Amino acid sequence: MSWRELSYLTLPRFILIAGMLSLPFLVPGMYWQRVISIVCIYAILALSFDFLAHYVGLVSLGGAFFIGTGGYIAGILNSYFSVPPFLTVPLAAIIGGVVCTLLLLPCLPLKGVYFAIVTLMYPLFMARIIEAFNIFGGTDGLVGIDSFSSSFAEQYFVICMVLIFLFGLRRFVTTDRGLIFTAIMDNDQAVRASGINITRYKALAVFIASSMGCMAGACLTHIYMWSGISQFALDFSILPIAATVIGGSGSLVGPILGCLILVPVSELLRDFGTLRIVFYALILVGFILFKSGGIMEFGQRKYEQFERWTKI
Amino acid sequence: MIKSKDPKMTTPILRMDNISKRFGGVQALKNVSFDVFPKDVLGIIGPNGSGKTTIVNCITGFIKPTSGNVFFKGRDITGRPPHKIADMGVTRTFQVMRPYYSLPAYKNLVIPLFSPRAKRTGGWGGGGNLGNRQTIAIDILEDIGFERDSYIPFKKTSTLPTGYLKRLELARCLALKPEIIICDEVFSGLSMSEIASMVPLIERLQDEGITIIMIEHRLRELFQVANRVMVLNFGEKLIEGNPVDVMADKQVKEAYFGSEEVEEVMTYA
Repeated sequence: MSWRELSYLTLPRFILIAGMLSLPFLVPGMYWQRVISIVCIYAILALSFDFLAHYVGLVSLGGAFFIGTGGYIAGILNSYFSVPPFLTVPLAAIIGGVVCTLLLLPCLPLKGVYFAIVTLMYPLFMARIIEAFNIFGGTDGLVGIDSFSSSFAEQYFVICMVLIFLFGLRRFVTTDRGLIFTAIMDNDQAVRASGINITRYKALAVFIASSMGCMAGACLTHIYMWSGISQFALDFSILPIAATVIGGSGSLVGPILGCLILVPVSELLRDFGTLRIVFYALILVGFILFKSGGIMEFGQRKYEQFERWTKI
Repeated sequence: MIKSKDPKMTTPILRMDNISKRFGGVQALKNVSFDVFPKDVLGIIGPNGSGKTTIVNCITGFIKPTSGNVFFKGRDITGRPPHKIADMGVTRTFQVMRPYYSLPAYKNLVIPLFSPRAKRTGGWGGGGNLGNRQTIAIDILEDIGFERDSYIPFKKTSTLPTGYLKRLELARCLALKPEIIICDEVFSGLSMSEIASMVPLIERLQDEGITIIMIEHRLRELFQVANRVMVLNFGEKLIEGNPVDVMADKQVKEAYFGSEEVEEVMTYA
């Protein structure tokens, strides 16, 4: 393999990693640095959505459910048991993953839009329960939660998590175990006839996706030093899907690029108040109409053409 | 010429005992009982809607019979989930083929090779060692007629012709090192030459000790391989036995065959 071929293969990955790691230095001011953290949290969610939807065949609208569960678990651990943030985040990922998987277990036989509807109900349901029983601080939420030790640590932690999850998942879906998920998406009956318990594998997939979401939720709690009902807001379910559509579904990198575009755009449009939804919708419609494959598909095609360039 | 492979009248490997299945107002199966002996090739024939596929589904656990029991090697397997039944070695192909279209052909076999049964038995031809599943998958495909040199095992499944897809379905069963394969219309949709190359494969599987149940509409080809035939009509078993006797039966002629075809089949036999 020549030096040129090697650099052709590694360059896109290198640009992504280097770009993500240098983001905290590149952006000006506290405000935009906070936006980076939020971008990464949405990116982890979008990654988990893309994995579930395009590698397992479960279209999940449960992003808000995962964020809320993870956020509340981190909040409870920190404010009631004063567990430090570097422990609450992994604990929230594991406990949250187990809780979400157990609650979603009855819905696993469902497919497609039916699974989407049920997962959409969970965040609404959880928020109303917390409100009605006035538990975990009720409508005020849990306040006075510890933040990360510094904003630097906070940003690098979430950035590293995005990169680890991205490359981990990309590798995982091509392993033999990962292929089973793709097979379940294509034809679950044949997988059952092959002597494999599909419910177990679907549960494993939901556990992976929900613990990613819960980890993102725990980070969100520590960033805002607060966990409350608004963590079950449907933004967390919808924005990752929009980001996946824009970035390129099924590529796993696409959702991250989508978040890198959509979240800052929605911050820039903050001045327009509620009108920003209109701009937002226009971007989305534009992409669906003109570049339905998303940025990644387009970019990849262009990059592969570039490989064949020769001097005449 | 119909081969008279009389099964050794030992204990049946699979026993259907008074199976009935009702879908709402439709009686799909009515007290169907039959035995399958080791190394049998049992053909199940009948007009459309006579309950053939329902029988397959009842055996493999995809639907639960309303009443009656299925015994595999003397154990009652009625109502067990499909993956448990497949794990015991009772595998099936699907009438409507839906392979894993997003994967290349050989990766279709990685899935059954990853199952607990394949890990235990080592897959088809494997000696208990599943070191590299993808290599084993390509070996199985080559064995079943995918020419390795022609790059066919590496092609995307969605681009393969029907003949290969049917073989892929069989390969998916074989990867589990099965004891019984239930073929739900493997010949349908194939050209004559494709069928001609499929028949020796079925015969070979029987020689290797696999019990085969075949649901078929292609009678001529079925009678080349089957040693016993059962006829279903409106969910009821009409007759079971040697293909020559079954064809000669008056009831069967009336219920199922156009007289023309029976003559044709009989001369062939």
